[in-house]
Amino acid sequence: MILAKTGNEAMAYAMKQINPDVVAAYPITPSTEIVQLFSNYVSDGEVDTEFVAVESEHSAMTACIGAAACGCRVMTATASQGLALMHEMVFIAAGLRLPIVMAVASRSLSSPLNIHGDHSDSLASRDSGWMQFFCETVQEGYDTLIQAVKIAEKANLPALVAIDGFILSHCQERIETLDDQAVRDFLGVRQPQYNLLDWRNPILVGPATLQDYYFEFKRGEIEGMNQTLPIIQAVQEEFGKRFGRTYPVLEEYRCEDAEAVLLLMGSACGTCRVAVDRMRAQGKKVGMVKLRVYRPLVWQLLKESLSKFKRIGVLDRADAVNSYGGPLFTEVTSVLYDLKEKPQVYSYVYGLGGKEFSPDDAIAVFEQVLSGKKDEFVTYVGVR
Amino acid sequence: MAKAKGWRELPCGAIITDMAAVKENKTGAWRSMRPVWDKEKCKQCLMCWVYCPDSSIVVKEGKVIGINYEYCKGCGNCASICPAKAITMEKERK
Repeated sequence: MILAKTGNEAMAYAMKQINPDVVAAYPITPSTEIVQLFSNYVSDGEVDTEFVAVESEHSAMTACIGAAACGCRVMTATASQGLALMHEMVFIAAGLRLPIVMAVASRSLSSPLNIHGDHSDSLASRDSGWMQFFCETVQEGYDTLIQAVKIAEKANLPALVAIDGFILSHCQERIETLDDQAVRDFLGVRQPQYNLLDWRNPILVGPATLQDYYFEFKRGEIEGMNQTLPIIQAVQEEFGKRFGRTYPVLEEYRCEDAEAVLLLMGSACGTCRVAVDRMRAQGKKVGMVKLRVYRPLVWQLLKESLSKFKRIGVLDRADAVNSYGGPLFTEVTSVLYDLKEKPQVYSYVYGLGGKEFSPDDAIAVFEQVLSGKKDEFVTYVGVR
Repeated sequence: MAKAKGWRELPCGAIITDMAAVKENKTGAWRSMRPVWDKEKCKQCLMCWVYCPDSSIVVKEGKVIGINYEYCKGCGNCASICPAKAITMEKERK
């Protein structure tokens, strides 16, 4: 069906079609509508989900963990301070290898208070052990949320699917939805390896491990993440074959013979496509590299792609205060460090707190990357 | 103790399915307060057995016969729940 939906509506609609066993959530702007609309589906009897209205995001993730340990398919949604309040439990979900899927309408963190879009909340959860997907469009958010359920259950790891707050969460787009039955056939039923409520086969979840075993268990968790790329690619491929839409983990847009490229994640990729088209029309050789998956860090693909270019601008929609460039920049430069011929890589931080990032802004960044003349090591785009 | 396992041999998510292994970890050493059970005051309601998080209330043929100090962490739940005040918490002495 072709529908007009905001990002939040599309995420809630995907959740309805996924029909998870348990959703525990506490609403927070800008993702509030995801939970609110989903609770309507629950009230109207359109899903079989046990909806747990908890008293905080910390409790939301805690309830999700408990339900997932009982073998349920579990989802939630949050943003910003809500994700920050979940922080403790987010790590536990990953350590217990529970395939919880969370939609995040990604936004800034206080203070000062701001409700608008950037990637500060999701990137602050980078080291929690969750897979992280950043979506360019509402359609991609809808499709990715469905894929993420399958990916998470195959990988035994939780997954965060981010749509940019307000820019995607509150803007309506034309999207093509799938049939309810098609989504359910694609996902099947979760096959858990154990069930905490199975009293005939008692288990211990969340044991204390000290100097003797903690590091060994963490090593196993890290390996779990190391093995996720082929799972993501296989699920994407299957989704593409069944439904005709596919999103590469890393996409090169008009990068053939490019003298300069910008690398970035999220909705601003759409902005950059417009900028690239305009500049190409003027004969300027520029392109865009879109990174869709931040964790696992697809360093092999990044190295393969970026080693082809001489000048690269890395755009971060979050800042890791006083680090040597933005969060994505520092990872990209690490990935490229052992190349014999290193490209010039420039760090840009843009769009914090929802600050406008227009095609003209992207063009200005392109021009600077092409010229190689940059005064500051990190450029804060559009900051007065 | 058996030889320590390497990371490849460990269960995904640190899920312990072999509950016998839990017995090896004697948590009684954590205790700073010790529950002392008074057989005379005990009404055999078994509430302490229900509430003990470490299965340290020893029950035989439906009756409390004592406390297993090898595993009791001294949380005091049993003393708190006991309607007959038959369990009191006392300081551990060295």
